Amino acid sequence: MAQKLYITTSPHVHCGDTIERNMRWVIWALMPALLASFYVFGLGAMIVTGTSVLSCLFFEWFITKFILKRPSTLGDLSAVITGILLAFNLPSNLPIYMIVIGALVAIGIGKMAFGGLGNNPFNPALVGRVFLLISFPAKMTSWPVPAGFATSYIDAQTGATPLNLIGQIAGGNTAAADQLPGLGDLFLGNIGGCIGEVSTLLLLVGFIILLCSKTITWHIPVSILGTVAVLTGLMWLINPVLYVNPLYHLCSGGLMLGAIFMATDYVTSPMTPKGMVWYGIGIGFLTVVIRYFGSYPEGMSFAILLMNAVTPLINNWCKPKRFGEAVK
Amino acid sequence: MTFILTAVLVLGVTGLVLGLVLYAVSRKFKVEEDPRVGQITELLPGANCGGCGFPGCAAFAAACVKADSMDGLKCTVCKSEVMQQIADITGHTVEVGVEKIAVVRCNGSCQNRPRPRTYDGARSCAVAAMMNGGETGCFFGCLGCGDCVKACKFDAITMDPETGLPVVDQDKCTACGACAKACPRHIIELRNKNKLDRRVYVSCVNQDKGPVAKKACDAACIGCGKCVKACPFEAITLENNLAYIDFEKCRLCRKCVDECPQHSIMAVNFPPKREPAAQPQVEAPVTEAAPVTQETESTENN
Amino acid sequence: MNTFKIGGVHPEPNKLTADRKIETLALPKQAVFPLSQHIGAPAVPCVQKGDTVRVGTRIAEPGGFMSASIHSSVSGKVAKIDTIVDASGLRKPAIFIDVEGDEWEPSIDRSEKLVLQSTKSREEIIECIKNAGIVGMGGACFPTHVKLCPPKECTIDTLIINAVECEPYLTADHRLMLEHPDEIIIGIKVILKVLGIDRAVIGVEANKPDAIELLKSKTSMVSGIEVMPLQMKYPQGGEKQLIEAVTGRQVPPPPALPANVGCVVQNVGTVFAIYEAVMKNKPLFERIVTVTGKRVKNPCNLRVRMGTPVSQLLEYAGGMPEDTGKLISGGPMMGRPLLDDTAPVVKGTSGVLLIPEKEAARREERNCIRCAKCVQACPMGLEPYLLATASESQDWECAEENWIMSCIECGCCQSTCPSRRPLLDWVRLAKNRVGGIIRARNAKK
Repeated sequence: MAQKLYITTSPHVHCGDTIERNMRWVIWALMPALLASFYVFGLGAMIVTGTSVLSCLFFEWFITKFILKRPSTLGDLSAVITGILLAFNLPSNLPIYMIVIGALVAIGIGKMAFGGLGNNPFNPALVGRVFLLISFPAKMTSWPVPAGFATSYIDAQTGATPLNLIGQIAGGNTAAADQLPGLGDLFLGNIGGCIGEVSTLLLLVGFIILLCSKTITWHIPVSILGTVAVLTGLMWLINPVLYVNPLYHLCSGGLMLGAIFMATDYVTSPMTPKGMVWYGIGIGFLTVVIRYFGSYPEGMSFAILLMNAVTPLINNWCKPKRFGEAVK
Repeated sequence: MTFILTAVLVLGVTGLVLGLVLYAVSRKFKVEEDPRVGQITELLPGANCGGCGFPGCAAFAAACVKADSMDGLKCTVCKSEVMQQIADITGHTVEVGVEKIAVVRCNGSCQNRPRPRTYDGARSCAVAAMMNGGETGCFFGCLGCGDCVKACKFDAITMDPETGLPVVDQDKCTACGACAKACPRHIIELRNKNKLDRRVYVSCVNQDKGPVAKKACDAACIGCGKCVKACPFEAITLENNLAYIDFEKCRLCRKCVDECPQHSIMAVNFPPKREPAAQPQVEAPVTEAAPVTQETESTENN
Repeated sequence: MNTFKIGGVHPEPNKLTADRKIETLALPKQAVFPLSQHIGAPAVPCVQKGDTVRVGTRIAEPGGFMSASIHSSVSGKVAKIDTIVDASGLRKPAIFIDVEGDEWEPSIDRSEKLVLQSTKSREEIIECIKNAGIVGMGGACFPTHVKLCPPKECTIDTLIINAVECEPYLTADHRLMLEHPDEIIIGIKVILKVLGIDRAVIGVEANKPDAIELLKSKTSMVSGIEVMPLQMKYPQGGEKQLIEAVTGRQVPPPPALPANVGCVVQNVGTVFAIYEAVMKNKPLFERIVTVTGKRVKNPCNLRVRMGTPVSQLLEYAGGMPEDTGKLISGGPMMGRPLLDDTAPVVKGTSGVLLIPEKEAARREERNCIRCAKCVQACPMGLEPYLLATASESQDWECAEENWIMSCIECGCCQSTCPSRRPLLDWVRLAKNRVGGIIRARNAKK
């Protein structure tokens, strides 16, 4: 026998799945919404996305090479996703230096400080976004209105988003209801907002891509959306003048983006189906609470980060149904 | 003015009340601790290696204070003076034990032991040992995944990349026994440290019959029994095709070293022999130089 | 179509030999019989060096209740009783027999004729099975006579015949069903008689439509035997999974047995061996082995005498390809790696699989990205990522709290992990340690 055999215990075959494959599917799923944002916000969206992705890649490379002195982890594509998701959560007229700071916080503090992919307790892109939101609140909450394929970048025209209006209505300014865009515009994405969150339709297309490629399961997005729909629907039924139709909630702000792409981040979400559902319900509940009763118009980022913090506990409490358990 | 006064008063009173509560609670739930426990803990190394059999140094200290005598209580890491100090604190007497050191009893380096297979599973000796013989034809020897290195709290064991075998740093080794426990093949043994760190031991644990063992490894003990006959002190026993030197009986005469046809008996930290060499004695330095490179180097320091 | 509910994966079936007829391999020059081919105590040799044996002569007796006897598959002289590295990868005692001629024990009925009826009583049948050294042929090698005597307090109502063969590549059971359906059905009747029940279900995965058709037509006139096609999913051939797929009952966690939910499961190979033992008086000394692999020139199903070295099987199949990276006894999901090709075929060798080097080498292990795919894949509802981490940090308590002893070592978790972590390696270690801890605890009580 000339060959040098390998010896390991079983199993001896693998289905061929890799981290890269999953990450690539997430990127594919983000593409429709990304392209739509280029259409809606024009040049600004391209500059912000490009800057964000490139700086995320740069910081990941820099940190692994010079600080951690480990082999590069750029190949796993997770930095690309962080970059796109960070950009998706920014207005399209944000100055470049702020984007770079956001990327540094996202990669440096959000991910690498904990030991890289797999060890971060919080969604890195959201850490970056929330950091920017708290540091530069004015810039982070002035959203350009859609202007076809706009070529203006910093000086784009800005306006109120549907969520601002919803907040105003709930605050008693029922006149703001007239300014709400139609549900059709909301669904297609012809509204103001962060880069990636505008088109509900294309985000749902992304969701279908993720489901079909078996990258994620339905549990988290469906439970988040369901909770938000039920809670806002109840409030709407109680007082339809102050509280808007739940469809407005589902289609506006970062809810779709968050539910489909941010909350489902592998590393920071629970491991068991039951845990995922509870996690989703928690995010949905917190989002509605912050939207209606908080000082920020949008609560998705905070809701997800808060639930990220609870994930280890959820993992401890929600065990999968063991085989043979019920018979006991 | 009244505004400031109210603030100061409210905060002051709150602070006072909370302070009183803290005081009351600390009085009520006070744990009486023998001050000697603290003293002993300070003497101990604080590595929580578990060599003493207790979960940590503090637990060992508490056990020392509680115990009626120091029998069976021994910090494997501490020098005997430290144990004496501990005994002074507790008021017991302590027997001065013999200092020990971890000895790796395998010389199956890449050269000596061909590796016809590649182990590709989890990098853990415990996992590899559960499955089968590992990469080599020897079912007893070192697996080379470094569980002992991971177990060592004192950085005293490293893997030699050239031989693929662990090397014990005799200056750092505290004989806590963690490596010996971690080794699934029970290759590592705690042996007497002896004067000038001189040791003679069989560097093999292969219990296969001679031809099988020899085929698997050039340095394997084949159980020929020559060393047993050569030993003037009856320190060597032969069991399951394997010679073993009892370190309590061995007087370090090194007669067995020259007898061993497989050079599997190691003599470390001895000065080079003086008398003009006969045939087998020439080969003796070869065995010395073999696995424990660090130990032989330090011979020069002695 | 029925299947089990929790987890499961779909590995590539790769049933290359599904339409290859069973061929008979020539006798070896020397046959080697390891003394522990089954779960339980090793057998005790009852021959000595120099003794002459015939085909079917008993050469080792059971070493206890949970043990099985071993019979010679060849005629000749006992050369020595020595040690050999067998499929377990460990050096174990074995009987070596030099082959001379092919002289059978006269008591064995060598005719092709089907024997339909037997006058033996229940006890006689069990004794017969025990004497024939029959063990579970699916790979676990649990002594069959023990399995056929379930604890008194359990009432058995269903006999399940495991004809699932969910392991990729293997086709030994499939071919056996196609070529010996009548023998299998008679064997089932024998087992039903032993258990004193009248319902048997043959569970077959849907990827064997020819076998399902054939068995259905053969059993259409037999009352009490049902052929149940099952949806394809690994590890359906696992005892617990099969019971759930067929009856919907879940076996409680260990130490509960299938008998606790009223089921006894037997592999088709075992059923065939029982037929031969009871009706033909032929002890277990040959079995069907699938020799296969993507690069193998002539993958085939062979009827092999036990003790034949694997190298002879490989030679028949066209030799070991140059780029072989792994040699496996059994299937790719649960088989054991062979150290070299000198290991003998034993009772549990269902296949010999050659995996090309490219597929054999594991990829570099990465951080767990907590994607939960292992949790979704686990058919026992466990959390492999957690168990593996607990094992790595030697936290046996955590592993025990999280049901590690339920693990059936099917390999679903590790084969789906995108980070390529050796999950099952670690879980197995923890299972081993926790098992030791539990045994020690029980011994104290």
